Amino acid sequence: MRTNIIKLKMKQIYTLAKKNIKIYYMEPPVLIFGVLFPAFLFLAFYQGRSLSPQKFIPGLVAIIFFFGGSSVGPYITPWETNTKTLERVLSTPTSVMMLILGDIMSGVLFGISLSILILILGVVIFHITIQNIALTLLAIIVSAFCFASLGSLFSALPTDKPSNVMMISNLIRLPVIFISGVFVPIGELPGVAQFLAPFSPVTYVTDLMRYLLGNAHYFSVIRNFISLIIFSVVIFGLALFFHKQTMLKRI
Amino acid sequence: MNEEEDLDNIIEVKNLTKEFDDLLAVDQIDFKIKRGEIFGLLGPNGAGKTTTVRMMTGVFSIEKGSVKIDGFNMQDNSFQAKKRISVVPELANAYQELTAKENIMFIANLYGLSGNTIEKKAERLLAKFGLSDRMNHKVKNFSKGMRQRVNICMALVNDPEIIFMDEPTSGLDVESRRLIRSIISDLKNEGKTILLTTHDIPEASNICNKIAIMDKGKIAAIDTPDNLKDTIQSTQSVKINLNQQISFDFNQWEQVNKVEEEGNSYRIYTDCPGVVINKTVDLLREKNIEIKALNTMKPSLEDVFVELTKGENNED
Repeated sequence: MRTNIIKLKMKQIYTLAKKNIKIYYMEPPVLIFGVLFPAFLFLAFYQGRSLSPQKFIPGLVAIIFFFGGSSVGPYITPWETNTKTLERVLSTPTSVMMLILGDIMSGVLFGISLSILILILGVVIFHITIQNIALTLLAIIVSAFCFASLGSLFSALPTDKPSNVMMISNLIRLPVIFISGVFVPIGELPGVAQFLAPFSPVTYVTDLMRYLLGNAHYFSVIRNFISLIIFSVVIFGLALFFHKQTMLKRI
Repeated sequence: MNEEEDLDNIIEVKNLTKEFDDLLAVDQIDFKIKRGEIFGLLGPNGAGKTTTVRMMTGVFSIEKGSVKIDGFNMQDNSFQAKKRISVVPELANAYQELTAKENIMFIANLYGLSGNTIEKKAERLLAKFGLSDRMNHKVKNFSKGMRQRVNICMALVNDPEIIFMDEPTSGLDVESRRLIRSIISDLKNEGKTILLTTHDIPEASNICNKIAIMDKGKIAAIDTPDNLKDTIQSTQSVKINLNQQISFDFNQWEQVNKVEEEGNSYRIYTDCPGVVINKTVDLLREKNIEIKALNTMKPSLEDVFVELTKGENNED
C-alpha cells in the first residue's frame, strides 16, 4: 500500500514535470532569461580577456546553470494562476508539495541539460578536461535542484503575471552573480563581496566547477557540497512554505 | 438516522466552516448526499457555494468541521478521498498548449492511471463527446463549448464515484448546454453521485434529486425541489391574461401579497387563490374586461430561492 502511494507520487512528479517541459521550455521568457541573457552577460565580461577555456568555462557553466535552472519555475505558477489550471490539479490525489516538486523537476532537467551541453561543447571544441566525471554529475544534480528550488521560491509570489516574477527574480539574481566568483575568483573579490560570497549558493557551484575543471578553488570540495545541500534544503523548505501560504490566493 | 441510511450516504459534511481574514465565507454547514443522487447547491453570488465545493474537493484546507467522502475524511485521508472524486471547476481550463487527448492523459496519470487501456478510454470519451476528430488538436483552438466538453472528459477519465460540477453550463451555447445536461442525465443513470452548483434554477429543478439553498455562508434550506416549493405555499399565485390592461391596484385586497404586471398579463401572489379568483372574476365582469386565460400557479424553485435569499445578488 505504502509502496503504491510512493510510486503514485513519483508518477505525479514525473507527469507534472513532463507537462511543464512540453508547455514551458520553449517559451520566450524562459529562453531569454534562462539562456540568452546569462550567456551574453558572461561574454560581455569576458570579451577581451585572454583566459583559457579551462578557466572561463566553470564561470559560464555556473551562470547559465544558475539562470537556466531558476528560470522555468518563475514562469509556471504565475502562468497557471492566470490560465486557471491549478484548481483541477489540486483536486486530484496530489498536493502542493507534488506540484512544487513537479515544477522543480522540470527546472532541474532544464539546468542539467544546459550545463551538460556546455561541458560537452567545452570538451569537444575547446578540449577542456574534466577531472572527475562522477563528481561533476553529482555536482550538477545537487546544484540543479538548488537553483530550480530557488526558481520555485521566486514563483511563490502570489501574482498571475510571469513578468512580475521574472523582474523580481532578476533583481535578486543579478547582484548574486557578482559576489559569487563567476567573473573574478573568490580570492580576488573586493572585501565586501568576499564577505558576502559564502551566502550565495552560486559561489559553491562556481568553486566546484573550477575544481572539477582543474583550476584553483577557494573552498574544500566537501564544504562546497555540504553548503549546496544545505542551501537546497532551506530554499526548498521556504518554497514549499510560501507556496502553501499563497496557493489560496491563486485559485 | 439508522446505520443503513448512514451507509447510503456517500458524502457527509459536518459543521463545515471557512473564514478568509474577516469574512466568514462558510458558516457551520451540515448536509449529506446519498449514493447516486444529484445534489444541487444553489445560492446568489458570494453565498459560499464555490468555497464549499473547494473544501469538499480538497483544494482549500479545512480548518473547522469535516467532509467525509465515501467514509474517508478529507482532512486526514485526502489521498483516498480524492481518488473517489473528480471536479469540473467553474473557471478551470484545460491546458491550452496541450491537445485534448494529452489533457485527458495528464489527469489520468495524476490519478496513477496509464497504459493502453487508459489511452483507449480517453479516445472513447472524446468520441462520446463528439471530439474524435479533434483529439490531437491543441485546446487553444477550441470553442468554449468544446473546451467544456474536454473538461468533462478530464473529469470522467478516472471513473469517479462522485463528480463535482461547478456551473457546468455557464456561458455555453444552447447545443452545448443540452449536450452537457444529457451527459449529467447519463451519469445519473450510471449511478454516479453528482454535486452540481448552478445559477440556473430551472436546470437544478429539473435535474436534481435534492437541493440546498445557500445564503451568506449558511444553508437556508435543503430538501427535494417539490418539498422546497411546498415550504413557501404563501407564494402561490393566480396568473391572468386579459384582452386589455386594467386600471386597478390588486394590492388593495388584503389577501394579495404581491402583484407582477407585464402588459395585459398579471401574476397575483396570494395565500388564498380561491378568494382572489372569485374577486378577480367579479371585478372583471363589472369592468367588462375579457379574460383570455386564468391559471393558479404553485411557487417555482426560483420563488423559493428569492424568498430564502431575499433576492440578494452580491458579487463575489
